[in-house]
Amino acid sequence: MGDPGTKELLTLAELEASSGVRTGRKHTLSIMVENKPGVLTRIAGLFARRGFNIDTLAVGPTDDPRLSRITLTLDGAMHPIDQVTKQLHKLINVIKIRDLEPADTVARELALFKVSADGGARGEVMQIVEIFRGKIIDVTKRSVIIEVTGTWEKIEAFERMVRPFGLVEMARTGEIAISRGRGET
Amino acid sequence: MRAVDAVMECLKAEGVDVVFGYPGGANLPTYDAFVDAGIRHVLVRHEAGGGHAAEGYAKASGRVGVVFATSGPGATNIVTPLTDAMMDSVPLVAFTGQVRTDLLGTDGFQEADTFGITMPIVKHSFMIQHPTEIPRAIHEAFHIARSGRPGPVLIDMPTDLTRAEIDYQPVGDLRLPGYQPTTEGNQKQIRLAAKALANSRRPVLYVGGGVINAGASAELTELAISDRLPVTCTLMGLGAFAAPHPQWLGMLGMHGTRAANYAMDEADLIVAIGARFDDRITGKLSEFAPRAKFVHIDVDPAEISKNVPAHIPIVGDARNILPRLTAEYRAAGADPERLKAWWERIEGWRTQHPLTYEDSSDTEIKPQYMVQALYEATGGDCILASDVGQHQMWSAQYFHFAKPRRWINSGGLGTMGFGLPAAMGAAVAMPDVPTCLITGDGSIQMNAQELATCTENGIPVKIFIMNNGYLGMVRQWQELFWDRRYSHVDMGSWPDFVKLADAYGATGMRLTEKKTLVEDMRKAIETPGPVVVDVRVTREENTYPMIAPGAAARDMVG
Repeated sequence: MGDPGTKELLTLAELEASSGVRTGRKHTLSIMVENKPGVLTRIAGLFARRGFNIDTLAVGPTDDPRLSRITLTLDGAMHPIDQVTKQLHKLINVIKIRDLEPADTVARELALFKVSADGGARGEVMQIVEIFRGKIIDVTKRSVIIEVTGTWEKIEAFERMVRPFGLVEMARTGEIAISRGRGET
Repeated sequence: MRAVDAVMECLKAEGVDVVFGYPGGANLPTYDAFVDAGIRHVLVRHEAGGGHAAEGYAKASGRVGVVFATSGPGATNIVTPLTDAMMDSVPLVAFTGQVRTDLLGTDGFQEADTFGITMPIVKHSFMIQHPTEIPRAIHEAFHIARSGRPGPVLIDMPTDLTRAEIDYQPVGDLRLPGYQPTTEGNQKQIRLAAKALANSRRPVLYVGGGVINAGASAELTELAISDRLPVTCTLMGLGAFAAPHPQWLGMLGMHGTRAANYAMDEADLIVAIGARFDDRITGKLSEFAPRAKFVHIDVDPAEISKNVPAHIPIVGDARNILPRLTAEYRAAGADPERLKAWWERIEGWRTQHPLTYEDSSDTEIKPQYMVQALYEATGGDCILASDVGQHQMWSAQYFHFAKPRRWINSGGLGTMGFGLPAAMGAAVAMPDVPTCLITGDGSIQMNAQELATCTENGIPVKIFIMNNGYLGMVRQWQELFWDRRYSHVDMGSWPDFVKLADAYGATGMRLTEKKTLVEDMRKAIETPGPVVVDVRVTREENTYPMIAPGAAARDMVG
């Protein structure tokens, strides 16, 4: 039954006061799941139902064919990460969850950019690509397609650099990540 | 053997003695297997009734309830019971038929995406893709349903796969690498909790349905009486601590007692056991128990600090944790005298604000009195099921539950129509305990068809309809919060429940006289078979006391 006593508008401060513990930083969750039908739907459904927003999501096989790894990033300023991981753990097909420590993690994302680059702009674009150690993988008269790999921040920075030239299209994979080896280097 | 015969073997191996269900096209093979299986199948009159009956069976017995439904509409009809079971942590296994695999995804006749539709409302589900998967899926389903925090599990079986021949071998192991519920509480945390309890001057034990699910009522009582610790229960926890009892504060929450709610408000330490700080308990969250520190014991780690941050979390099974907490508490050597002032305060609230209502001076039956009369007529020695609404709250307030698994109701989801089928399931599970149902004239009509199931199967549920001709709880809210603008809450005067009972082959009675009510109720209870008693009560009576929505406990009204 709806609560008529509930205010229709809440201030931001009230919202913050009512929430759980928030870390305020980006979190990368590495989730090992059983390679079974419906697992991704369960996870996506859980996020939708509990009101968690996924920033990026990447799914792929692992060294063990019975398992898949889901790497997802979400904003710790928006969500109590603790609740997110506990709810994920309740899914029977979820085997292991790691909230990767940024300092202890190697993370990469791949992005494709179609940038308009004709005449004089082309040289400048190519320079930026070089600085970011990107690759030009297709060229037409009007535009180039660039492949960039790196952390989420690097991709963001690259996007900022090429946007002024005219960003026609962009596709990003979302970050994948694994923790660094311990004491092996 | 056929996969469906293996289904029957698996059910027997799980100790299933009775299932509830309804056949249809896609589960014809399963129903063929029932013919020779030697498992009792109760044919319900609607799949929703089957799902709630399985819930009632599970709640009354502690065993896993089982329901069968066909594909499409059969499956969508059990969506409500599955959600209900999820909210109230009821162990349930649901078998749904599905169209044959070559029709999947083609919008075939009676096809519905059961797996997809039910995903958010089950603890887990299996979509069978190969007939040989069926036996393992069934055993895993039962294990998941009954262990950890119990819940519903669904198995969707395409009809062609169930007809296939398989080489059935009993399953000896489960392969659930992602499912290892923590049952054993951390010793350090338990010691910490015991010390906090020993140092507290105003403690309250706040007990939920988890204690009943864990079968930990005796262990809870042991802890409570190891000192004079005050106990309150949620709607779902009623019966976990024997009422009446000197340490029993009554139910807490929206329609709980003032003693319980005020004690929560002033407590310095609240030990929550198998409870989840629902909004019907906390009221305004920011003003909930403002002076208290929280010990939170729960088998589901996701419940801890979900709504209220816990100072001392303990994840595990209450039955494992409570005896150890009691031992540590005894070892801590708390001074019982420290609780004296606290009990004086509680006694003050009890004397000043007992549960009360203005009784009629004539022959009119007040709804609260109706519950008291049933308590007197049964001596409290029965399973009491309820539906949802005012009658449910009055039942929770005025019927005293001395044992666990004697109070069967829909708490989290608040499902009208739950009562009759759930009472039926409870009666099937516990044939030696009389089963009564208090329902409303609104609720009963949401699954009244199950009267036929009761008469056909000789299930002797005694149904007491608290008939005020209104959707009482909605009417109460319209009166209190919507300026008495009554909108679609008047149920009129039909059907004639006595005639309805008669049509279904049950005994019907109508009671309007307060003076003879207890005696008349006794007669109804002594009448063999299902009995429908239409009790005419005061039309406009409100459920009090009440924490208004969004208000704090200390601002209770009524």
